[in-house]
Amino acid sequence: MRRFTYVTANTVTDAVKTKATTPNAKYLGGGTNLVDLIRADIEHPDTLIDITRLPLADVEEISTGAVRIGALTRNSHAAAHPLIRTRYPVLTQAILAGASGQLRNMATVGGNLLQRTRCHYFYDTAAPCNKRSPGEGCAALNGGYTRNHAVLGTSRNCIATHPSDMAVALAALDAVVETESAEGNRRIPIEDFHKPPGETPYSETTLGENELITAIELPVLPPARNSRYRKVRDRSSYAFALVSVAAALETENGRITNARLALGGVGTHPWRARTAESVLKGAPATESTFREAAEAELSTATLLPDNAFKAPLAVRTITATLTSLT
Amino acid sequence: MTQTSIPTRTPQRVLGEPIDRVDGHVKTTGAAQYSGDHLYPDLAHAALVHATVPRARITHIDTTAADSLPGVHAVITHHNAPRLQPPPKPTLLNLPTLAAGTSVNYLNTDEVHWNGQPVAVVVADSLDIAREAAQRIRVTYEELPATVDFEQEEPNAVPQKNSALSDGGGKKGDAVAALKSADVSVDLRFSTPMQHHNAIEPHTTTAVWNGKALTVHDGTQHIDWTRRHLALRFKLPLNDVRVISTFVGGAFGGKTNVWAGTILAVVAAKVTGRPVKLALSREGVYRTTGGRTPSTQRVALGADADGQLTALIHTSVTQMGRVGGYAEQVVSQSRHLYDAENILVQQHQLTLDSIANGVMRAPGESIGSFALEAAMDELAHRLDLDPIELRMRNEPDRNPMDGKLFARRGLREAYARGAERFRWADRTPEPRSMRDGRWLVGTGVATAFHPAWVFPANVTMRLSADGDVLVRCGFHEMGMGAATAFTQVTAHALRVPLDSVRIEYGDSDLPIGPGAGGSAQTASVSRAILDAAAKLKKDLAALARRNNTSPDEAPATILSRAGRTHHEVAVGADRGIGRLAGQVRFMSTLLRERRKYVKAACGAQFCEVRVDSDTGEVRVTRWLGVFDIGTVVNAKTAASQLRGGIVMGIGAALGEETLVDGHTGRIVNANLAEYHVPVHADVPRIDIECLGDPDPTMPLGVLGAGEVGIVGVAGAIANAVHHATGLRVRDLPITLDKLL
Repeated sequence: MRRFTYVTANTVTDAVKTKATTPNAKYLGGGTNLVDLIRADIEHPDTLIDITRLPLADVEEISTGAVRIGALTRNSHAAAHPLIRTRYPVLTQAILAGASGQLRNMATVGGNLLQRTRCHYFYDTAAPCNKRSPGEGCAALNGGYTRNHAVLGTSRNCIATHPSDMAVALAALDAVVETESAEGNRRIPIEDFHKPPGETPYSETTLGENELITAIELPVLPPARNSRYRKVRDRSSYAFALVSVAAALETENGRITNARLALGGVGTHPWRARTAESVLKGAPATESTFREAAEAELSTATLLPDNAFKAPLAVRTITATLTSLT
Repeated sequence: MTQTSIPTRTPQRVLGEPIDRVDGHVKTTGAAQYSGDHLYPDLAHAALVHATVPRARITHIDTTAADSLPGVHAVITHHNAPRLQPPPKPTLLNLPTLAAGTSVNYLNTDEVHWNGQPVAVVVADSLDIAREAAQRIRVTYEELPATVDFEQEEPNAVPQKNSALSDGGGKKGDAVAALKSADVSVDLRFSTPMQHHNAIEPHTTTAVWNGKALTVHDGTQHIDWTRRHLALRFKLPLNDVRVISTFVGGAFGGKTNVWAGTILAVVAAKVTGRPVKLALSREGVYRTTGGRTPSTQRVALGADADGQLTALIHTSVTQMGRVGGYAEQVVSQSRHLYDAENILVQQHQLTLDSIANGVMRAPGESIGSFALEAAMDELAHRLDLDPIELRMRNEPDRNPMDGKLFARRGLREAYARGAERFRWADRTPEPRSMRDGRWLVGTGVATAFHPAWVFPANVTMRLSADGDVLVRCGFHEMGMGAATAFTQVTAHALRVPLDSVRIEYGDSDLPIGPGAGGSAQTASVSRAILDAAAKLKKDLAALARRNNTSPDEAPATILSRAGRTHHEVAVGADRGIGRLAGQVRFMSTLLRERRKYVKAACGAQFCEVRVDSDTGEVRVTRWLGVFDIGTVVNAKTAASQLRGGIVMGIGAALGEETLVDGHTGRIVNANLAEYHVPVHADVPRIDIECLGDPDPTMPLGVLGAGEVGIVGVAGAIANAVHHATGLRVRDLPITLDKLL
């Protein structure tokens, strides 16, 4: 593990300022991913700025009725919070589907958004990886193992999945990421936060170099009370998703009035299923509608022999999850 | 000394009782010292650098960035490593030569033989510094053509030779012709992937030189082999090498051989003059210790309309490394399980530029039984016959291959008992006919079988006048409860209270014990303890006669009446002509007995699975294993052993797969996040029942419990998955994509 300097920040201003004036520094939240990546010789920060003392660990309802989750709220705390459990059950379920109890006790919600892919080849410095070393090539696309890889949002440079469960629920919920930097505050809709790999797979978010995530805001969204997260994986627990579905459904007289759908395990970033949603809106809340919507979403998937199963698996899982919400 | 000072408690019944582990307290409180827990003053830490190509010559190693790091004591490469003796050529005539994990003389060569081979070692003040320095080393290779893809190489597989320790090919009658003319037949192909042991304790060595003498704390399954191997490689007199392995944090076969880490820890200690601890990272375990070979198998069965087998063909292809490997006896159980008129079993091997494959829990039977038992289920289905009934119709009275006697065979009883307890009759035979909401429900059975072995064990047994008994033997405790079992065996043999018995083990300064392998340790050490107890009693009787004491008095009474503080007996000799004689006796007994008997533990595995009808996720929801392991020494630890085997079998059935990149030969999931062993939520309550009758040909009647538990598990699950879904998955692991 490479040496680094460790400093702590006590205020947001302090953190942002230290970051801007310290070369090759990174913010340190729960460290559940970053420290692993430093150990694995993938991230090489010279300085870590510990931000866990910043007063950003509350979950609260704000005046608009929206719920604001401080960026340093631990995953366990967010999942257990009554506001989340009652208004956004999909988010509680998504967080609890990820990692282990110990990891969730450490991991922060801001950090969760920034976790990096678990692609085998990204983690093995002996393998070429465009995400880790720009322009080096991609061992997965060059005949490697691709069973875990993405089928949506891929590019010729990278097909690695985004590993977060939480972010998939946030995508379905139209969450907004709040940030702060020397240039001031920003509100980034979750859909604009993560980027597809395209020609620059190493650049994963629209976050500025020194920008600090301060909170995640969940808008008022009544349909979210009828929501569910379904994660399909290779063992009962402690595995990344092959396919996951975050869904919220509102119906009136057998017709769908509001549907939110996002997918994990299949996309290079948390995948908001807009195509499926447009099929669902106004249609009868039946299994055949759900299947049609799911198939429409997956129709643009780019499949490889190893991961081709993800398309039918996603269709089945979406259909089953939406059916369970009727 | 008066008689009252001698314990006169009535000895309790000890054999078979579920006695708590004698080392339970030290293990659960963390007081037990494993190989990495010996904190010598001045202890340095070592980290390995692994090759990143499958076959090459090293043209340059740039260590400057590592050398300059504060806290680094040595960077050892093939340029500056001390010269070692090469590993010996493995031969059955000298069993300790089998210790070498591979034939590579680490850091004594510029050649790379597999992707992951250690090419440098860094020694530093802390593990963090050592690992950082290791990451800074840049190695340049001249790459050479390599063969790394199992599938591509399969056509080049060659017949595997049989050996005294590994049954392989053989035939009876003309199975090919019989298959053709059979009323009903199946002819199926199966595959199983590479697997790794994943003991919770990664291989760890602490090496200390004291002048010319070497002490090594090493988590090993074979202290004596490790000691002899180190003496040979470092050109030391045997007496100058001591190997201590008091506690081993799981092994499952993975610590049978001496792998690179052990050798290189000793090298690092020699170069730096400091005690060195080398604890492999989890990745390091995958890269430098051999796992289970992948296999492809064919099972073809022919039967008459009544379900009597007329043909049984089982063939396999497995891999070896060009630098060595274990010839996995995949078809072994197919010589013993079913009464087919015609049998053909064959094994082939291919050679890859990979690390040597090793032994892993029930090598052969674990994966061979998957194919055989799944094929039997398919045949039963074809015959419209209950799968247990098909097995019973083909249950042989004598070994099907050659008519040898079974020393004991409890399979009929195991199936009868299991079927009743599992309520097997409640199932509807039709696939996909049982449902619970979205879950498709299925049940399956398979046969477990594992040969029984006895290896030489030397012990000393010492009785003190205060009634304490000390048994000393260099056997191994890797979690199975060995010390507890031998405490019970000793108390039983001498009819003394359990708490008067103390056992010393896990140290090469003790009489040489057997390796912990082949499920043989309990039988092997028990035999020596029984022999020692008989000797001790005989000596005491003589002593009693000489002192006019009744030979019926408590042993300690006899001693004290004779004015003796203690009496010690020894079984077996550790060196010289006595040791040689012991080895010859072992081999001749082995061969004589194997000519006469087939000795094996067996059992019936019953399971229920649920398969999600939308996603294909498989959950095992019920398990019952009924086993014939001969005498049960400790009901609790034996059940735990069998249960552990079943848990490992669930892993093999549903998740475990070491992925090897077909271009680079590099293991891509060298970690426990992506190599899927079962989590708690994957394992149901597991019921275990042992028939408990002794095997008349084995010491104490013990057949061994370490491996038979894993056998048949994958087959039973595959059969239950078929019953639930109507789908046959013949390629392990049974992941959900194969069920969509």
